[in-house]
Amino acid sequence: MTTTTATPRGFGYRHPRFRLAALLSAPMAWLVVVYLGSLAALFLTAFWTVDDFTGQLVKTFTMKNFQQVFTNSAYLGTMLRTISIALLVTLLSLILALPLAFFMARVARVSWRPLLVAMVLTPLWASYLVKVYAWRSMLQPESGVLAWFLAPFGIQSPGYGFVGIVITLTYLWLPYMILPIYAGLTRLPDSMLDASSDLGAKGGRTFRSVIMPMVFPSIVAGSIFTFSLSLGDYITAQIVGGKIFMLGNIVQTTYVTNLPFAAAVATIPVMIVLAYLFAVRRSGALDNL
Amino acid sequence: MQTQRLLKIAAVTSAAALMLAACGGGSEDPASSAAAEGSAAASEAPASEAAAAPGGEAFAGPVGEGEGQVNILAWPGYVEDGSTDPAVDWTTPFEEATGCQVNLKTFGTSDEAVKLMQGGGWDVVSASGDATLRLIYGDNVQPVNTDLVPSYADIFDDLKMQKFNSVNGVPYGIPHGRGANLVMWNTDKVKEPIDSWAYTFEADSPYAGAVTAYDSPIFIADAAVYLMATQPDLGITDPYALDQTQFDAAMALLEQQKALVSEYWSDYTKAIQAFNSGTTAIGTSWQVIANLALAEGGKVEATKAKEGATGWSDTWMVAKDTPNINCAYKWLDWIVSPDTNAQVAEWFGEAPANAKSCELTADADHCSTYHAGDTAYWTDVYYWNTPTAQCLDGRTDTQCVPYSEWATAWSALRS
Repeated sequence: MTTTTATPRGFGYRHPRFRLAALLSAPMAWLVVVYLGSLAALFLTAFWTVDDFTGQLVKTFTMKNFQQVFTNSAYLGTMLRTISIALLVTLLSLILALPLAFFMARVARVSWRPLLVAMVLTPLWASYLVKVYAWRSMLQPESGVLAWFLAPFGIQSPGYGFVGIVITLTYLWLPYMILPIYAGLTRLPDSMLDASSDLGAKGGRTFRSVIMPMVFPSIVAGSIFTFSLSLGDYITAQIVGGKIFMLGNIVQTTYVTNLPFAAAVATIPVMIVLAYLFAVRRSGALDNL
Repeated sequence: MQTQRLLKIAAVTSAAALMLAACGGGSEDPASSAAAEGSAAASEAPASEAAAAPGGEAFAGPVGEGEGQVNILAWPGYVEDGSTDPAVDWTTPFEEATGCQVNLKTFGTSDEAVKLMQGGGWDVVSASGDATLRLIYGDNVQPVNTDLVPSYADIFDDLKMQKFNSVNGVPYGIPHGRGANLVMWNTDKVKEPIDSWAYTFEADSPYAGAVTAYDSPIFIADAAVYLMATQPDLGITDPYALDQTQFDAAMALLEQQKALVSEYWSDYTKAIQAFNSGTTAIGTSWQVIANLALAEGGKVEATKAKEGATGWSDTWMVAKDTPNINCAYKWLDWIVSPDTNAQVAEWFGEAPANAKSCELTADADHCSTYHAGDTAYWTDVYYWNTPTAQCLDGRTDTQCVPYSEWATAWSALRS
C-alpha cells in the first residue's frame, strides 16, 4: 500500500472533530452501553418483583425490596459490618503503606526503586483465590501459622471471622494503597523538605505540614481502591469469614431466586461509594490528581 | 503518515464497534443471538401462563440420526471426557458411537443451573430436585418419553415418578443417581459414636463453636427433618412443604444452631479441609466428602442420622426447544446405561440409578456402601425439592412458603 507522503491531508486531519469522535466512540460506547447501561438496568430491576413459583421477573413497580433491606435489622447489621470492614481495611492499609511508600520513595537508593516496586506488585500476579486460601490455612485456629506465631505472646489466632476478613482483605488490597502514595511521594520535590528543615521544622512537623498535604490526594486515590474493593468482596468472606456475611454474600445467595431483591442490595455499595466519592470531591482532594 | 494510518485504524475499529453495538441492540440474528436473547425471552414470558402449562408435548420419536452435537449442562464429575483423569472417560465412547459431539458446561449450585437453563442454548441438564420443578414450571424443559430410553426399564422403581421429576403423572426426566446428606464428625474431636443431628442443633451441644452446616437455603429442610422427629406436633410430613408456622419453627432452630456454628460450607473442598484440620468437629456432609477426607488421611466418620436426612436425586432433563433432540435422547440413554451409570456413580461417589450397574462397578461393594438398592434406607431420605406456594404434600387448606422466601430467609439468617 503506497500512501501520500508529504502532505497529511486525510479526511480525519481536515476534520478534527471527526478525528476525536473516531478515537473516542469505542471507549464511550463501552462506558455508556456496557458500564452505565448495566448499572441502570441493575437499579431498575431493584423496583421489580419475582414470580414466587419460577423465580422469573415480574415487571411491576414496587418499593418492597428496598423496604425489606432497610427495615430488617439483620440486613442493616450486615451493611454496617461491611462498611466497618471496608473502613478498617482502608485504615490498616494506610498505616502499613505510608512508611513503606516513604521508604521506597525517599529513603531507599534510587537504583533499588524498580526492584521494590516489583516486589510490591508481585502478589498481584498470583491468583486471588490462591491468596485467600493461603490465608485460610494461615488463620486456622490452633494449628495455623498465625496461631503458632502468636502463641509465645499468649495470644490466640483470630481464626475465621471478622478479624480474619480484615487481615486477608488488607493483604489483598495493600498494593493498591502503596502505589499511589509511592507515586505521590516521588513527585514531592526535595527542595520542599530542605526548606522545611531550614525553617527549623522537625520530622513530625515536616510530615504534618509538608508531606501530608502533598500526598493527601494520593492517599485518597488509594483509599478509593481499598474501600470500594473491600465493600464489594464476597469470596473472602466465604473462605475466611467463618459464619460472617457481607453485602456481596447476600447478593450471591439471592440473585437467582430473587433478582430484584439482590439488585436492591447491590445498589447499596454503589450508593456508599458514590457518597464517598462525593465527600472526597467536596474536600477538594481530587483537584490535584 | 504514521499518524494518518493510526487514525484510519482507529476509525475502522470504532466503526466496527458501533456496528457491533447496533447489531446487539437492534436487529435479531436468530442463529447467533439465540443464546443471548434466551434469557430476555424467558423473563418476558408471562408468569401465570408459565405456571399453568408445564412444558408441552414429549418427543414422539423415534430417535433418529444425531444432529452432530449436544450441549450438556451438568454437575462437576457427571460428564468426564478424560481431561480430569485419563482413565475416567465415558464421553469419548459416546461421541464415537453416536457422532454427537458433546459441549459441556458444569455448574456449582442448583441456582446456577436454573439461571443457565433460563439463558437457553443447552440441550440437556443434570438437575437436582431443588431445580427440577423450577425448570418445569419455568417452561425451560419438556416432558420425556421414557419409551425412547431403553435403559429406563432398569432404573430402581423408587426413583421413578417422584414429586421432583414428574408432574401429574408425566415424567420430565431420567433419574441419574442419589445420595443422602450425612452427619459427619472428626474422630479426634468427637470421641463418641454419633447417630443424631441433635449434636448439631441443640443449644447444649458439647461441640458448640465447631459445628458446620451447608450454606444454602435448601438447608432449611434439614432443620425441618430434625423437627419432624423431635416436634411431631408441628405436623411436618414433607420438609419441602412448610406452612408459615412450620417454617418459622425451622428458622428458629437454625437461629439456635447459628450460635454453635464455626463455619458454613458450600464448597466441598473447604468442607474436607475444615473436617480434616479439626476446625470443624461435626456437621452435615456428603458421602463423597467423607471418602475424599479419608483418602487424604483425615480421621472422619459419617453416617445417616436416626432422625432421617435430606438427600439428592438427580434427573437428566431435556430443554424445551432443543434443536438437538435426537442427540439429547441418545445422551439420556447413554448416561443411565448400566456401564456408564456404574462409572459415574463410582467416580462421583453416589448410588447409581440403574439396578444393573451394581454388577459392573470396579468395587464390588459399591452399591452396598451407597445403599443403591436398599429401599428401606431411602424411606426417611427426603430428596431435595423446590418448595412452592402450593404445598407439595397435598395440603390445600394452607399456603406453603415458596423457595424465593426460603432464599431471603436464609440470607437474613446468615446476615
